[in-house]
Amino acid sequence: MSLKQVTTPLTDEVVSDLRAGDRVLISGYIYAARDAAHKRLYELLQKGGELPFDIRGAVVYYVGPTPPKPGQVIGSAGPTTSGRMDSYTPALIRAGLKGMIGKGLRSQAVKDAMKEHGAVYFAAVGGAGALISKSIVESEVVAYEDLGTEAVRRLRVENFPVVVVNDRYGGDLYEEGRARYRLTDG
Amino acid sequence: MSNFSMAPGDEGGKGMREIDAARVTEAVARLCQEASMDLGEDAFAALERALEQEESPVGKDVIGQLIENARLARKEWVPMCQDTGVAVVLVDLGQDVHVVGGSLEEAINAGVRKGYQEGYLRKSVVGDPFERKNTGDNTPAVIHYRVVPGDSLKITVLPKGAGSENMSALKMLTPADGLEGVMDFVVEVVDEAGSNPCPPIIVGVGVGGTMEQAALLAKRALARPVGQPHPRPEIAGIEEKLLQRINRLGIGPQGLGGRVTALAVHMEVYPTHIACLPVAVNLQCHAARHKEAVL
Repeated sequence: MSLKQVTTPLTDEVVSDLRAGDRVLISGYIYAARDAAHKRLYELLQKGGELPFDIRGAVVYYVGPTPPKPGQVIGSAGPTTSGRMDSYTPALIRAGLKGMIGKGLRSQAVKDAMKEHGAVYFAAVGGAGALISKSIVESEVVAYEDLGTEAVRRLRVENFPVVVVNDRYGGDLYEEGRARYRLTDG
Repeated sequence: MSNFSMAPGDEGGKGMREIDAARVTEAVARLCQEASMDLGEDAFAALERALEQEESPVGKDVIGQLIENARLARKEWVPMCQDTGVAVVLVDLGQDVHVVGGSLEEAINAGVRKGYQEGYLRKSVVGDPFERKNTGDNTPAVIHYRVVPGDSLKITVLPKGAGSENMSALKMLTPADGLEGVMDFVVEVVDEAGSNPCPPIIVGVGVGGTMEQAALLAKRALARPVGQPHPRPEIAGIEEKLLQRINRLGIGPQGLGGRVTALAVHMEVYPTHIACLPVAVNLQCHAARHKEAVL
């Protein structure tokens, strides 16, 4: 397991270099979007519309932060469960999405799309929202302000700590990790 | 006027202790914030134990970050997790208490509104499950009342996040399934949940009663201090056996593989029908938030 540093937007080369189990520090701009925003982005793509941000090479972070206290860039901002975005995700990957940050299991359809188009799924530590917010240095709502915490935000992150769960080669850290420590009765 | 009407001059409050609704609002507002920012010593201690038990280096790293995160949240008075939940409020209302100056339910919701606003907590409640429009103030709370002897009012606030709530499950087993069936179901729910509920988790289990009673028992089990065994030794023994089985699954902290998938199993039981064996499993992430006040 190695520690890698990547900068967004992600290129095909960078995605190809990442393997399940790698610890990664992400810097650059990433986009916060969760349930309601995904529904809108997906419907927009279905209609052939233009997305509110350039999705080519983009990294999306599944997060709905708490409101910032005065003086804070953003409130607590840990990952939400990624699986709820699964039905919308293959379309976004086909449109050029290269990275996703969340927590929890992905569907086979998402993993297949990642393999076919070259994308990577990172996990951040669920529940460590206060700590994670320290690596977010800018936050700006760029679309769907009416969604409140679910609005699309452009976040500038510095050394945002994640681990690669699913790589473009079919590697799956959740499966590998569980298999390594699972004790079978006998 | 019926024969049961009160005599003139009888206030109806004889022997009743009056509690102002405004006090309820203040208490709930404070508890919402404290629960979100200040992880209890019980949960801290459980995480410290987990750090010692965990063998996986990544798992240890994750638990270390969770402890650091909880300390930071307490120090900077910010929510430990962005999912500050739906406010589940458990009310033990003494039968000799008379709430004055407003409705108890409205007082609780006013407290949630105030606590979530003033604490910069996330408003995560949608007003209608189909329309899905945010209510903007995290109300209404989910409130469970219990009338108990005495003249005090106990309020417990459990902000419940969706990551773990969504992986919870209920099954109506048959008596023939027995204890083995119950244990198999609990382990199966945790295994299928995998990384989703933010392990290491606390597993609340409700067995018996009827469908809704089992679910409520499971929720109430989560209000117990983390790792405190059930007072009945035979139930405590089941909790311990379940914990061992769950921690053999290998899911580990954040599902990245490891020995500590659960910090504790809390089980509550209730008498049931001759034909029934309801089992509810309510999962709780490591941010085992619950604060209580007695008025």
